[in-house]
Amino acid sequence: MAEVRVENLTKTYGPLKALDAVTLDFRDGGFFGLLGPSGSGKTTLLRAIAGFVIPDDGRVLIGGEPVERVPVEAREIGMVFQSYALFPNMTVADNVAFGLDVRRIRGAERDRRVKDVLDLVQLGDLGQRKPHQLSGGQKQRVAMARAIVTRPRVLLLDEPLSALDKALRVEMQVELKRIQREVGITTIFVTHDQEEALTLSDEIGILRNGRLVRHGPPREVYNNPRDAFTARFLGEANLFSGSLEAGGLRLPDGALIPGATTAMVAVRPENVQVSASEPSGPIRLRAEIRRRIFAGAMGTLILDRHGEPIKAIARDSEFAELPDNGRVWLSWREGSAIPVENAPN
Amino acid sequence: MASAILRRDRLRALTLLSPAYLWLTVAIFLPLSAMVFFSVLTDVPFGDREWHLTAGNYQAFLETGTYARLLWKSLQLGATVTALSVLIGFPCAYVLAKVVRGRSREALFLLVVLPFWSNSLVRIFSWAIVLRGNGVLDRAVNAVLPWPVKLNLMYSQSAIVIGLVHSYLPYVILTSYLALQAIDDSLIEAARSLGAKRLTILRRLILPLSMPGLVAGAVLIFVPVVGSFMEPRLLGGRLGTYYGTLIEDQFVAVFNWPLGAALSFILLAVVLVILGLASPILRKARL
Repeated sequence: MAEVRVENLTKTYGPLKALDAVTLDFRDGGFFGLLGPSGSGKTTLLRAIAGFVIPDDGRVLIGGEPVERVPVEAREIGMVFQSYALFPNMTVADNVAFGLDVRRIRGAERDRRVKDVLDLVQLGDLGQRKPHQLSGGQKQRVAMARAIVTRPRVLLLDEPLSALDKALRVEMQVELKRIQREVGITTIFVTHDQEEALTLSDEIGILRNGRLVRHGPPREVYNNPRDAFTARFLGEANLFSGSLEAGGLRLPDGALIPGATTAMVAVRPENVQVSASEPSGPIRLRAEIRRRIFAGAMGTLILDRHGEPIKAIARDSEFAELPDNGRVWLSWREGSAIPVENAPN
Repeated sequence: MASAILRRDRLRALTLLSPAYLWLTVAIFLPLSAMVFFSVLTDVPFGDREWHLTAGNYQAFLETGTYARLLWKSLQLGATVTALSVLIGFPCAYVLAKVVRGRSREALFLLVVLPFWSNSLVRIFSWAIVLRGNGVLDRAVNAVLPWPVKLNLMYSQSAIVIGLVHSYLPYVILTSYLALQAIDDSLIEAARSLGAKRLTILRRLILPLSMPGLVAGAVLIFVPVVGSFMEPRLLGGRLGTYYGTLIEDQFVAVFNWPLGAALSFILLAVVLVILGLASPILRKARL
């Protein structure tokens, strides 16, 4: 177990900067989620920590020790691949024991550790199966067991749950978190699923075009995204921009958002209140209802404000008395408008 | 109702398969049956020759030690050529599948397949030019080494093996290449992340996973090499008497088709027995 640090990490593929001077600390024992759209460099960062990608510049430190020149097989890492990469010619037990065999851990010690880790991932009685006889969730558990049995200094997960269906994914998220807590290994995982990142991580990092845009505890980043990209990427956000005045933010159509201190603010859809009658508060915007989406308990309203789409989410019953089409009022409580910077591309 | 549909499906399947069955009948079953028939005759049933049924051709194999000795010699040749082809071909296939990428892979592939596209007779005579005394190889070695060496590989066991390995190498390279290509790179990465070095990865992952291709290639080589006659005759000269040349002589020179046919079927039987004995090992290699 160890903390991981990358410093000024840079990797280019031809004209493309996959990693652009990324500096980031991964706390010892923490669960760290790397998030970003495809091509943002999140997988490259993970593979650079693993040693499969050799950076052009910068440093990778595991437990304070620089490892840029240490080959993958000597870095003492555990890795779970998107495809699980279980060895098809070996049984589950032999798959799990592979790392122990390599370290010449034999006999009773080997058997005990394989049994313990299979119990930990709740596959105690499947040791003699071959990988092709397992379900997706079971393969995932074997991959996890194989990666942690050697007690690596850091555990790297590359989109570990993306191959599972939704119900199983939620179940495995809980499992993953439980296993990580029990073994306490510093864990870094890559995902494009923001909900997964928010659920699992102690800390998240958001990458875009090879740069680290934002990092911190999920709640903090979600509540205070600071820039338009993060606001939109992590959760959903309605963005309002205009010119800053003494009283607040003046939108192009003349409406004023009082109290705003930046030229752009983001409002989460769940904070947008929609009403047929004029609200009493200081924030009053007009919009037209375009579409109503019913999704069980929650309902989504797509509105139009001078050609700009706006999204509102609430319990479906709250939208009940609204007209299907026509003009309505938008408002939100003061403090719901998050000041953000317009992110450069 | 269901049985009617089943019957109709079966009829349709039969109709669709009939060209294949017809082809198999004409191209394989009929000639092979004719040869089985010839092998139990005293003489070829052409013209007004006298013939009757006999088991004598098969007895001849058991009574004459020479035939069995030649068969043993051919089996050894088959084993040697197969072993060498695997030893040379598998690393080549590995480099092709896992090391080189893009255009250079295509170029290398062309070089591998080239022997297939050249006439085998031309190929063998080219080897004769290379291997003979004062030939290409002899001169090249003498040009490099400061002391004179007499290098005449022509008309030797080595010449036969070199010629055969060159002819059959593409089989093992191609079958191994396909098997290696099917191994996901993430498996190798996973093994590395668990601390495995190259040799461990080769022994515990790559070899077991590519074994089916390797074995298929070995079988494709072993069977025809045991019956080969052209390479032994042209490159082996006086030493080049093998079971294959023996059979060829019966058909081409001595005109004893019945004995030639009988010897062929004995070879077929022996090869089948060997493959049968090896099949438990082969099946294990297939996971």
